[in-house]
Amino acid sequence: MPLDPSRLPDAYRQMHIIRKFEEAIRDLYMQGKIRGSFHPSVGQESTAVGGCWPLRREDSMSCTYRGHGHALAKGLSPRLAMAEMLGRATGCCKGKGGSMHFADPENGVLVGNAIVAAGIPHAAGAALAAKQQKNDKVALAFFGDGAVNQGVFHEIMNMATVWKLPLILVCENNLYSEMTPYKETTSVLDLSQRAASYGMHAVRVDGNDVELMYATVEEAAQRARQGGGPTFIEAMTYRLWGHMMGDPEVYRTKEEVAQARKDEPIQRLGQRLKDLGYSDADLARLEADAAEVIADALQFAESSPLPRPEEALTDVFI
Amino acid sequence: MPLLTYAQALNEALREEMQTDPRVFVMGEDIGLHGGIFRVTQGLLDEFGAERVIETPISEAGFVGMGVGAAMSGMRAVVELLFVDFALVAADQIINQAAKLRYMSGGQVSVPIVVRTQQGGGRGNGAQHSQSFESWFAQIPGLKVVAPATPYDAKGLLKSAIRDGNPVVFLEHKLLYNTKGEVPQGEYMVPIGKAEVKRDGRDITIVAYSRSLLFALEAAETLSQSGIEAEVIDLRTIEPLDMETVLNSVRGTARLLVVHEAHNNCSMGAEIITRVYEQEPHVLVTPARRLGGKHVPIPVAEALENAVLPQPADIVAAVEEML
Repeated sequence: MPLDPSRLPDAYRQMHIIRKFEEAIRDLYMQGKIRGSFHPSVGQESTAVGGCWPLRREDSMSCTYRGHGHALAKGLSPRLAMAEMLGRATGCCKGKGGSMHFADPENGVLVGNAIVAAGIPHAAGAALAAKQQKNDKVALAFFGDGAVNQGVFHEIMNMATVWKLPLILVCENNLYSEMTPYKETTSVLDLSQRAASYGMHAVRVDGNDVELMYATVEEAAQRARQGGGPTFIEAMTYRLWGHMMGDPEVYRTKEEVAQARKDEPIQRLGQRLKDLGYSDADLARLEADAAEVIADALQFAESSPLPRPEEALTDVFI
Repeated sequence: MPLLTYAQALNEALREEMQTDPRVFVMGEDIGLHGGIFRVTQGLLDEFGAERVIETPISEAGFVGMGVGAAMSGMRAVVELLFVDFALVAADQIINQAAKLRYMSGGQVSVPIVVRTQQGGGRGNGAQHSQSFESWFAQIPGLKVVAPATPYDAKGLLKSAIRDGNPVVFLEHKLLYNTKGEVPQGEYMVPIGKAEVKRDGRDITIVAYSRSLLFALEAAETLSQSGIEAEVIDLRTIEPLDMETVLNSVRGTARLLVVHEAHNNCSMGAEIITRVYEQEPHVLVTPARRLGGKHVPIPVAEALENAVLPQPADIVAAVEEML
């Protein structure tokens, strides 16, 4: 079932929340207020929203170190996410996880992963548990085009198909595995063909089209809930910023990025809304709403206490 | 009391836990129809069905990772690796994932997974099927590490590991599966984190675990014939380490020898001896020693393997040198 057009303004707002969250992180990073790495997903907000919105709150989702958007789209509070970025006691992981390990089990966000492809088996395990528990939950794993060359990806493709797991594998193909063009390191460039070779239902879609993303994942989720097994979705997209802060981006030209910017998902959805009759003022108001959410999150985070040092020794075991 | 083999005791533990807790499931290679190469899962497929006794392809990283994901999703996963050596194929999922997910999430998730496997030499299985990795695992915060030596402890500790709620690496030994011991009928547990004095003695403390415990007890009997009384401690749990039992013993004997198959470098021997010197700097009258595997890969030929791994006679000789 496609995304109801009445929800498109909300999707536009949600994509702006993700974009503005990462813009705020960039600014904080430049001010030296963020520790460690920051891997932006700017330009890929449609795969996060279109991928997470067809899921139910209790469905599990695993994501990668480029996972801010996924977690926010699945329901993580921007306040708790921002506090985590700033290392505050109120952060979603109490300051122990940081940018790459957002977690929110109440909203089905499994712990984000800093090892490429390592979250894929976690989603598969959640799908296995759903099957064993005989509920109709599904699980979704987000990963990038770099992950398809990891062994564990292939192991899960095989097992998920053999066991007909209620699993949705969303490969966000942004053309670059970290700082290397994927076409230089990958044997079959249509990644959905790889999935098909495992006997898995597989499609390649335009990931920058949030409505298409939603419809594709929704169909996969239905198939999974009905016992039809896993689906692989190759979502073609583009990362407009570098792999991480400080990436000199020697692997692509400014012209290529400028060209890709014309196809970026937020503008595309804006155009679609205008075609549906929304005004520029309507869009500006939705964007301002998103800015308000991020300003509030930032205010919450900056006024939150730092964790006590002794807290470092807790949460190892139950 | 009934006599059971170590393998039968483990099988009872799995069966009882699967009967009482529908969240418990087992997963691994050849564990279903075949019943496991050491027969530990025999009969479980018939009793519990294929959804709870899951036969996997040879994809250790993938299925350990699925065990982690299922454990985070309300199940209790008992994942079997045929040989501990294969844990290296799944090392990311054990060390980067299972051990850290709870901490990284700020305590929001728990990962109740038991990684069952067997290790050790003495069977001519060669360098990639005979290693002992307990000190590697013990080095990682977030993992508990257990290595039972007797059928009684194997059953009681496996039940505790399954109920623990945290990731537990459960290290069996390939040459213990057919050893027999008394295992009471009905339910009992052996707590994780408690060592046990297996033999009293006044002259020296020998700390051992897994199959090395049997060698230490054998050596102690030999030494007894020449009037030397060794106190033998079975560590049972590698992490968390029960130093209290070790310290209590060395306060009485003033001598300490640690025996294990793992290579000496950065071993549990090194760890235990360091902790004794840190916590009781003056208790020992003679320098402590460790007797571990020599620093070479483990060879196949019996004459070579026995030269690499500590034998009962090596323990006797080491004790005689220390007195």
